[in-house]
Amino acid sequence: MSNGTLEIKAISGHRGGTPGRGVSRDYDVCKLVDTTTCIGCKACEVACVEWNGYDFRQTTFDNFYQTMPETAWNFWNLIKFNEVETENGLQWLMRKDQCMHCEEPGCLIACPADGAIVQYTNGIVDFNQEHCIGCQYCVTGCPFNIPKFNTETKKVYKCTLCSDRVGAGLEPACIKSCPTGCLHFGSKEDMLGLANERADQIKRETSHKNAGVYDPSGVGGTHVIYVLHDKDKAEQYGGLPQNPTVPFFVTMWKGPLKWLGGFGMAAGVLGVFMHYIRFGPKEVDKQEEVKQ
Amino acid sequence: MSGGVIARPTAATSEDQIVRYTFIERAYHWINAITYTYLLLSGLALFTPYLWWMASVLGGGGTIRFWHPWVGLVYLVTILWMHTKWKRDMKSIPQDEKWNKNIKNYIENRDAAMPPQGRFNAGQKQFWWVMLYCTFILLVTGIIMWIPEKMPPGFHWVLPIVVFIHSVTALVTIAAFIIHVYMSIWMTPGSMKAMTGGYVSTTWARTHHRLWYENILRGRNGD
Repeated sequence: MSNGTLEIKAISGHRGGTPGRGVSRDYDVCKLVDTTTCIGCKACEVACVEWNGYDFRQTTFDNFYQTMPETAWNFWNLIKFNEVETENGLQWLMRKDQCMHCEEPGCLIACPADGAIVQYTNGIVDFNQEHCIGCQYCVTGCPFNIPKFNTETKKVYKCTLCSDRVGAGLEPACIKSCPTGCLHFGSKEDMLGLANERADQIKRETSHKNAGVYDPSGVGGTHVIYVLHDKDKAEQYGGLPQNPTVPFFVTMWKGPLKWLGGFGMAAGVLGVFMHYIRFGPKEVDKQEEVKQ
Repeated sequence: MSGGVIARPTAATSEDQIVRYTFIERAYHWINAITYTYLLLSGLALFTPYLWWMASVLGGGGTIRFWHPWVGLVYLVTILWMHTKWKRDMKSIPQDEKWNKNIKNYIENRDAAMPPQGRFNAGQKQFWWVMLYCTFILLVTGIIMWIPEKMPPGFHWVLPIVVFIHSVTALVTIAAFIIHVYMSIWMTPGSMKAMTGGYVSTTWARTHHRLWYENILRGRNGD
């Protein structure tokens, strides 16, 4: 949902510049998820649904604790439970899955509808359902499988990072609900500092010698970052891509192809016009004269 | 209608007129042309923000997102119908190779240097096959883009490739379409009349499609 109090940095499907960009000061916000202290209580799932005013979805039971297989149009925050065999025995991993709020958002790059997706100066990527046309190009562009389509409304939905709350100076709802303090919210700078400090502590005091921070550079960094027990094994946290990028063919499609296509069409029209003024039409009578 | 018939329209003309396209052929052609134009405009609106304004002209983004696939199916049906009707005339003949080699002369209107052609010349045949094969590619990629929500998340990685192929293929048809429209309206006088009224003059037929014309003459003379 769009937020009038936040400054817009980028607009989907928009030609030319972004009105108002850079006129006011705002700092990058960031959510920090420390997977090493998450206990999988799902309070954040409930807080998310409560704050955003959705009905509780039917849950599924797949012989483990996860509420449902993946996030849904009205269920933006899902704890992914993963059991991983290690040399030290079973490791039970819990990761809060939601929109990562990429600095280079593939959804926004792919979206054709003017203003359906906006990126605020503070880094939040938000969907404006009133401008959404339901084409799901955002699904095509997202490396995290986040945007979810509602077949009834023909619109796409996802986590807003509580842009409505943040715009009013509040923390996201999930942050408020976390009982272990594994969720933090603040400026990107502060959160990165806290995350690195925590990762160092884990490396120093536990057997997780490869602990680290997940802030993937392939999408320009994200405004949701993780502390992982093993920063090189992101995939084991329920399909978190190790090196996510905006898909190559999306960048080709919305980059060179867009310009080549536009230029090519203009050149084609110009070309046939030039042919007309150079060679003109094939007058049948004239042809006959040449021939006979 | 590769056989063709000699007909004398009610309007008084000094020349024989030849039926080039029957009513049903013209009807399918124009339904196909109108649907293609809609697909072109709505598709371009989704392709680049600089043409997004065309979505407003066509009723808004949600409207074109809904209609584009359905109109595409109408386009598909009419092009398939035309194919069953014209595929015999679209087959390559020995003269086509010479025609292709001489294409520069055709472009520069030195038509006397061109080999005689059948109902459709080699260029029209190329246009036809480009549009037909591109239609199949657009169909397959388009169906996936129509209902991506039916696709398991594990296959989402194909979506960027599919969208890219759909766009490239559409651009190929646009190149062909620009040439087709230019040639019919401006470059070859008489051909638009063939697709609106159905008739061409014998001179026109003899000049542009001599083999077809001779075939019709033989038919008229009862050979």
